[in-house]
This record gives sequence, C-alpha cells and structure tokens, in this order.
Amino acid sequence: MAAFRAPPRKGENFELSADLNSEYKEKRKDAIKRVIANMTVQKDVSGLFPDVLKNMQTDDLEQKKLVYLYLMNYAKTQPELVILAVNTFVKDTDDPNPLVRALAIRTMGCLRAEKIIDYLCDPLQKCLRDENPYVRKTAALCVAKLYDLKPELVIENGFLETLQEMIADSNPMVVANTVAALTDIHIAAAAAGSNTEVFVITSAVLNKLLIALNECSEWGRVAILNALGRYETHDDRESEHICERVVPQFQHANASVVLSAIKVIMIHMRSVRSETLTKQLVRKMAPPLVTLLSNPPEVQWVALRDINLLLQKRPDILSNEMRVFFCKYNDPLYVKVEKLDIMVRLAGPNNVDALLSELKEYASEVDVDFVRRSIKAIGQTAIKIDEAAERCVNVLMELIGTRVSYVVQEGVVVMKDIFRKYPSTYEGVIPTLCANLDELDEPEAKASLIWIIGEYANKIDNADELLGIFVDSFTEESYPVQLQTLTAVVKLFLRKPDTSQDVRDRAYIYWRLLSTDPGAAKAVVLAHRPPISLPRTTVSPALLEELLGEIPSLASVYHKPEETFVGRGRIGADAIPKGGSELADDRATAQKAFQTVAAGQQAENLLNFDDPTSNDGQQPTGLAATTVLTSTPAATNLLSGTSSNPLDDLVSIFGNTGIGTNAAPPPTPGQPQTHLNAFGGLSFGGQPMSPAPPMTPSVLQAVSPPPQQQQQQGAQDDLLGLF
Amino acid sequence: MISAFFIFNQKGEVLISRLYRTDLKRSIADVFRIQVISNSDVRSPIITLGSTSFFHVRINNLYIVAVTKCNANAALVFEYCYRFIAIAKSYFGKVDEESVKNNFVLIYELIDEINDFGYPQNSEIDTLKSYITTESVMSTSIPAEESSKITTQATGAISWRRGDVKYKKNEAFVDVVETVNLSMSAKGTILRADVDGHILMRAYLSGTPECKFGLNDKLVIDKNERGIGDAVELDDCRFHQCVRLDEFDSTRTISFIPPDGEFELMKYRSTSNVKLPLRVIPTVNEIGTSQVSYVVTVKTNFSNKLSATNVVIRIPTPLNTTSVDTKVASGKAKYVPAENVVVWKVPRIQGGQEISLSATAHLTSTTHRQVWARPPIDVDFQVLMFTASGLIVRFLKVFEKSNYNSIKWVRYLTKASGSYQIR
Repeated sequence: MAAFRAPPRKGENFELSADLNSEYKEKRKDAIKRVIANMTVQKDVSGLFPDVLKNMQTDDLEQKKLVYLYLMNYAKTQPELVILAVNTFVKDTDDPNPLVRALAIRTMGCLRAEKIIDYLCDPLQKCLRDENPYVRKTAALCVAKLYDLKPELVIENGFLETLQEMIADSNPMVVANTVAALTDIHIAAAAAGSNTEVFVITSAVLNKLLIALNECSEWGRVAILNALGRYETHDDRESEHICERVVPQFQHANASVVLSAIKVIMIHMRSVRSETLTKQLVRKMAPPLVTLLSNPPEVQWVALRDINLLLQKRPDILSNEMRVFFCKYNDPLYVKVEKLDIMVRLAGPNNVDALLSELKEYASEVDVDFVRRSIKAIGQTAIKIDEAAERCVNVLMELIGTRVSYVVQEGVVVMKDIFRKYPSTYEGVIPTLCANLDELDEPEAKASLIWIIGEYANKIDNADELLGIFVDSFTEESYPVQLQTLTAVVKLFLRKPDTSQDVRDRAYIYWRLLSTDPGAAKAVVLAHRPPISLPRTTVSPALLEELLGEIPSLASVYHKPEETFVGRGRIGADAIPKGGSELADDRATAQKAFQTVAAGQQAENLLNFDDPTSNDGQQPTGLAATTVLTSTPAATNLLSGTSSNPLDDLVSIFGNTGIGTNAAPPPTPGQPQTHLNAFGGLSFGGQPMSPAPPMTPSVLQAVSPPPQQQQQQGAQDDLLGLF
Repeated sequence: MISAFFIFNQKGEVLISRLYRTDLKRSIADVFRIQVISNSDVRSPIITLGSTSFFHVRINNLYIVAVTKCNANAALVFEYCYRFIAIAKSYFGKVDEESVKNNFVLIYELIDEINDFGYPQNSEIDTLKSYITTESVMSTSIPAEESSKITTQATGAISWRRGDVKYKKNEAFVDVVETVNLSMSAKGTILRADVDGHILMRAYLSGTPECKFGLNDKLVIDKNERGIGDAVELDDCRFHQCVRLDEFDSTRTISFIPPDGEFELMKYRSTSNVKLPLRVIPTVNEIGTSQVSYVVTVKTNFSNKLSATNVVIRIPTPLNTTSVDTKVASGKAKYVPAENVVVWKVPRIQGGQEISLSATAHLTSTTHRQVWARPPIDVDFQVLMFTASGLIVRFLKVFEKSNYNSIKWVRYLTKASGSYQIR
C-alpha cells in the first residue's frame, strides 16, 4: 500500500479517473485508496468527485467508508454534486445492517453542504428511534452535528425533545451519547447568546444519569460525570447521595474518569454538611490522585496541575505523600517543574529534611532551568518553614560554593528573599555572597546582591567600594541593576553618612532629584517593608472554586478561566460580569475579571492563524504552556497594584503607601515579570516610558502594557504627591 | 471536544488527517508543524495559540496530535491519544511511520469508529476487531443477525464481550507483573520505593463467565479472615471497566465478566514493605581530574531457587570520558560513548549471589570547569515467580451456566526498566 504515496506523476488525476471507472472491482477500490492518500497529503483531488461518487453504491463496507471519507472532505466544495449522493444515503439509512444505517447517518451529519441538510431530517428522525442501540447512539450525536450546521432545523423538528426523552433509554451508551450531544448543544446555544437553557438537569434526569454511570463506557462516564457536575442540588442529602454514587469511579483505569469524578466530588462536597463524610471523601481521594502519577507523562502533567489546584483548596489531602512527588531523573521537564511546586506545597517541619536533600540533588542536574527552579524551591521552603530556614541557608551556601555560574546567581537571588523574610538573621553569609560578585552577570542576580549590600551597608565594611563598582558602570547596567544601585546608594548614605566622598556625592545628586528632607527620605527608603511569605494560593478564591469545578479541563490545567482562551480569546471587559455575577466575593470577582481581561488581551495578541494576514511576522514563541504558567501569577502582580518583590522596593513603598488600598495576595517572590512593575512605576519626569525590555523571552511582555500603564499612571501620581 | 486528529512524522509531514468538527480548517496542521515540530523550544505537551489548543504525544518519531477549540477535558484527550496508540499496536504491531503509511485506510476506518464529532466512542480492542478487520468486509456476507449482534455488543452493558465465545478447553491465565520504582541515595538510604502492579489476564472461557478474583490484599483479608500474616497493603487499585466498581466499593470483591482474550484486569500500587530484589552498592571516586574509579556490587535479595534474568546495569560516566577499562567476573561490560554509560549486561543472577564490577574511566582535560552531574545508576532486570509487594493471587473462581471446569494459571514477574535508580 506504500505505493499509493508514490511521488506525483503527470496527469495522475487523469489516471485515477480512468481507474475509478474501471470495470474491475479491485482496480476501482485501489484507485479510491490512492485518492484518499492524495487527499491526506493535501493534493487536490476534488476534480474526481463524480468518479468517486460512482463507487458509493457497494456492498464493500471498507470501500463505502472510503468514499464517505472523500465526500466529507469535498462536499462543501461541490454542493451541486453532493445531491447525487443523497439517494444512496437515504437508502442506506434503511439498510437491514445496523452498521450501514449508522454509517450513513454518521456521515450525512458530517457533510457540510446546505443542500444535503434538508434531506437529513427525515432519516435522522427515524434513526433516533431505531431499534438498534448502535444506530440510536450515532443518531444522538448527529443531532449535535445538525445543530452546529443549522440550529433552527433541530428546533423545528423537535429533535431536542427527542433527545430529552432518550436520556431514559435502556442502553447506557445511548444515554451517554445523548448527554454528550445535549451538552454540546447547550454550550453552542449559550455561546450564541441564547437565554434558554437547552439541557436542564432535573432530579429525574439525575437518577437516570446515576444509573447509566456504572454501566457505560469510560468515555460515556466522562460525559455523564460532566453533566453531574452541572447539577444543582436541592439539599445536602442529595449532594451526599451523588458523592456516594460517584466515589466508586475513583477506581477506574481511565485517568479522565478519575479526574472527572474528583471534580464532581469537589463540586458537591461544598454542600455536604456531614463532617465525617467530607473527611471520608477527602481521604478516599488521596490514593487515586497518587496513582495518577503512574500514567504516561502527559496525563501525569494534567493530573499534577489539577493536584496543584486541589492542594490550594485542601492543603491536607496529600500531606503524607510528598515522596511520591520526588522527581525521577528521566521525567520530562514539565513534569519535574510541577512536582517541585507540589513538593514545596506539601513541605512541613516533619518532611523538610527529605525535601532539602532531594532539592540539593536536583540542583546538581544538567538542565539549567530545572536547577534554577530547584534552587528557587529551596528558597521557598525557607520562607515557608521558619524552623527549617537555617538548614535551607546551609544548603544554599553549599550550592553557592560549587561556583557554577547559574547556581551562584540563582542562589544570590534566593538569598535576598530569605533576607527579606528573616531580616538580620543570616548576616554571616554576606561575605561569601559578596565574594561571588565577579561571577554575576545576570541583572536579577546583580540587583539582588546590590539590594543585600544596601540593606546591610552598615555591617559590610567595604560596602562603599562594592557599590562603587556598580556606580562606575552605572550607565552600562540594565534597568533593574541601575534601579537597585540607586536605592542601595541612598541607603548607604542614610546608614553610613560618613562614607566615601565619591559615592556620597553621587548619592546626594540622585537624592536631590527626589527630596530635600532626609527625615522623610529615611522614612521612605528605610521603611519597614512588609514581610514576604509564600502564597498559599496562586489564584483568587473565586477562580479557584470555578477551576476546581472544571477538573480536568484545559482551564484547570492552565489555572486560567476558560474565557481567556476559548472563543478567540476576545472577551471584552463588559462580558465579564456575566460569568462572575454569582460569585460571592466582590473583590475577588473584580480581580478575576481584571485578570481575565489582561489574559484575554494576551491571547488576542497571539498568533491568530485564522486570519492569513497576521500569519507572517509573528515570532515563533507561541504560548507554550510553560510560558502560560509563569504568566498567571505575574498577571496578578500587574493588577494587584502592589508588588512585594524586594527588587523594586522604592516603588513598592510608594505603591504601598499610595495605592495600598488594593490588598492583594502577595505574588510569588522572584517572578521576573514583576520587574515590569518597577519600570512602569518609576518613570521620573512623568514622560511616557516605553515598556521595559523583556528579560525573558515570553509572550507576556508584549501584552502587559495596558494594565501596566494604568498602574504607571497611579504610581506617578503617588510620586508627585509624596514630594 | 476534539476537533481534529493528526499524525505527523518527524519532518512534519501529515500522515493522517481527520477533521471531526467544522470549527477548524485543514491548514491548522501547518500551524502545528511550524509552532511545535520545527520549534525546538517546546517543552509542554499542550500548546494553546489563540483559542486553539494542540495536544500531542510522541511515539517512535511520530506525533499523535489532537486539536480542540474549546475548554476540553485534557486528561480525556491524552487518554484518547494513548488509546489510539494501543489500538494501532494491537492491529499492526509497531506504531511507526512505515506502519502508519501502510495501514492508512485501516487507520481512517478506526479513527472514525472510535470518535464521532469529537466524542470518543467505544474503543475496546476486542469489540473493534469484530467488525473492523484488515480484510474488507462485505455487508452482504455478514448475516443481519450477526451484524446486529456486533452492534449490541458495541453498545451493550458488556460491550467488551461477545456472547457466543466457545472454547474446547476453558483456560484462564493470570500474569501478575510488578514494576519496581526505586530511588536510592548514594549512601544507600531509600528515598522512594514503590511497586506499580498490573494484573493481566488472558481468558479463554466459553459463554458468559462470571469471575471472582481474590488477592491477599489486607483490606479484604482484614474483613474476612483475621490473623493471616502475609497480607499485602495496596495503596490503591484501578480496574478494567468490566469490573463492577460499586461492588468493589461496598464489599471489596473483584467480580467481573471478562473480555475474551487478553486484557489488563487491574492496576495497583503498593508502597509498604517493598522487597527490593536487587541491591546495588556503588562506590564512585573521582581521582583528580583525569580518572574516575568505579566498584559496583550487585546482591540478589531473594530465595536461591529463583533468579534474576536480563540484568542490565547502566553506569554513567563523565561527559569527557575517553575510554573505560572494565573488569567483571560475570556478564559483559562495555563502554557506550554515545550515551556516556558503561553498560553491564548479566544474563542471569541466582538468588543469594553477589557479583561485582570494577572499572576506571579515563578523562580528557576540559577547559571549562563544569561539575559532573552524576546521573543515577540505572538497573533493569526481571525476576520470575517473585513479587516485590508480596502479592499473591488467592483464587480465581469462574461460574458459568454450563458449569464447565476451567484451568487457571498464575505467573508472577517483577521487573524494572528505567525506574530502578541508585544515585
């Protein structure tokens, strides 16, 4: 059969046409296969339409399927000719063989030609009531196909009512497909702006679903579980009942069934009042979650992302299971990164030693990105668990001692965070850090070290010399370093007024720019900064609830609401309240909406390949999921109005004193994107500043301007207001 | 749901393309080629561009790709991709570029059967094989009765089994296959040891047999017969869809009507009291910057009636290794420069034995001083009639209307491949 893919010959279509009309059956069939092969590689074989069509009427099922495949592909381009096929289709829906009937109805629904659709209704009506369940289940989905093409036909013919009746079908597979079709139509109708609910799940429907759940195929179970998740219970007894009926699904071999079952439990557990049942449900959830890690890496990754969400809601689920999240040497990076995050979430005083020795091990691996994240994780552990901070610092110092460039740089960044959390505690390590000054070439690491020097200027003998190095190269440094040098020099001046002339002069000049009152300056620059802590959640509570109800969908994997990437990602600000109206927490809703807008704009700026004009000139970065992940907390930062990233402390002070009213969860420390805040905030003269150069190639940067500018405005006002 | 399904080869050529829904154009395949296949930076299995999400799984240089435009169930999409691979494997053996090209007609037939309008349909291999075959089927050659039987089976409550199976000899084979995951620190402390168990069954049983399956699982035993010492604690188990989950949930009995032929009855996980069949004690010393010396000892940790077979030990060497001298008493050891490992193959190690390897790796001097990451030593092996978890099949009862006698066979195998690591 490989011969079908031979390179094109002159007049191949002509030859095929001849073969399609051959008197020999085998020759005709071979020709059809070659046509399909050409179709796959996108050669134009639409000209052969009439010839292929002639071969439709056959007893050979394989050949029939091939012809149908061809028809599905080209029906749209040849609407006139498709009509010729209608007769055969309609005849096939009366065939004694149920497989043929189902095939015909399945294919008719896929022909995207206006003309044929009108002929579809009668056979469909018949097939929906076919005595054979295989035909019925195929017909059920065909209604959804029809709705996709011409919704009014579905309504006129009363197919929706027929589907509603079919939920009571005796065959579980038919029930499952009916549920899938109804859900599909429900979503399509909602997207089209229809106000009537197409698929209302009543308690009568609920019972039928619960019965079918245990009997239908794995995929059907997913469809039914989705529907169960949408059901609104009337009292806690009903919720308990659903939970009890769904829990056995945790033992299913298919990961999507398990995760969907977890979703249903998470949704209905909200209204379960019995403490013991809740406890029992949570306890039963742990083993299947761990088992999901023995799936292929892609499935594992989805599970890990969802576990991450679950832990934000219920941090105790997997408290004894940290070891299963230890990375294997050959895990793909995306799995390792998620495992790291979850390990830090699960870290506690009792398992921190195991975690640290594990993280130390990872820090010596080959992949630079993974090593950096591991070092970050050590810092996060130190910030999370007070009593383990010292051990973390020791591990970090050991790693810095390896003098591997990127390890040292990341180590310095992390140390700065630790200093922020535990001021004046680990000063003994400062000399070691300063000794590595020459190794640093990344802006973030440099800026971190400068921050440390500035902060402990009075305890470092040669602080002025060290800062002098940076002052001398001031104009060549990147923004964060300049910014940090500026602040550090001011701090040095305030803390050690008798320091070297040169630095002080420089500091004084900068200082004159800002203020003439050193007292006020002291209050601002040396003010007590809010301590940093590890955020327990990365998404707002309302969004968390919503995402938990969508496990294991893409939204739950991305930790972003569905609107950000579905429907062309073009939801405007006005469309947001609709989704958020039921959410109780107003503040969170506003924040979520804001986040949505930012992310929506982000999506919009991305490659829009439906539109050929925008296809060129796009950078090939794409929205790789790993990029998305880093962008989520950053988006929160942009919108939160405050940033507790120590790097931009000048700004953050202004932010805190000025627009400190917007309380927001502190973002993850060390997010590179937060620098944008800093630049946005500190534009001196009030003239517009271009967005800062991206530090990491990420799509986000291109997108951030709108919210950033807003904030920039705010910060400027504050700057002016202060002085 | 799934809007399109593609198979690409390494070069990004489309081998199979099937659009299930109308919301995508065929040209979407080019986007995937440009954004993922030609982009070496992609490190995520899901890529979302605008509102289009690409899910991909790689196998033998092929990309199996599913595309969606909605907030799809990500776990389901990946499970579906893997199910496709499993089905393809069972139909034509290997899933690679050649086999896909050679079987493209069959593949189109299959992906139309297991997916309709983006919703996965019945994908039980046994059932599919009853009506999608490698030979062409004439619709007239199947009597109407037969075809309606097929369809009832494909949709029935026991979609995985035909009703009319007949065997002269009724036999059932049970294979308990355990994969040991181990990571051990260089000092010999166990960081993580657990067992992924699979119970595979080959059922050649007539009629519609009702089976009951029993293990020495602690939960079951604690309920029924107290005081049995060798009970195994299973952390979790998952079952083939033929097992009645509600019954397992309430009474912990595993009862089912098996599919005909081979299937995976259950998967389980155990973390307590894992018996490690092999103990590896490595001593690695970096002598200056020019040499690394190795002494690796492997001890077996099971009865001397059993033996470990196909033992392959991979010992990583630094990247700048030029040559390695090895000395082994049993098996063969060879330095593989392409992978930077010494591969030590031992065909068989008897229980209670101990073997060792000593080697010296010679290094070239390098300009940049990069610390050697020391990847873990990896051991692959198989031990027949041994379970690391201690799991034993206690019974398999078969009940059928005609009351025939059936013969049952049980085999145990513990193995490791790529997951038994010593740092």
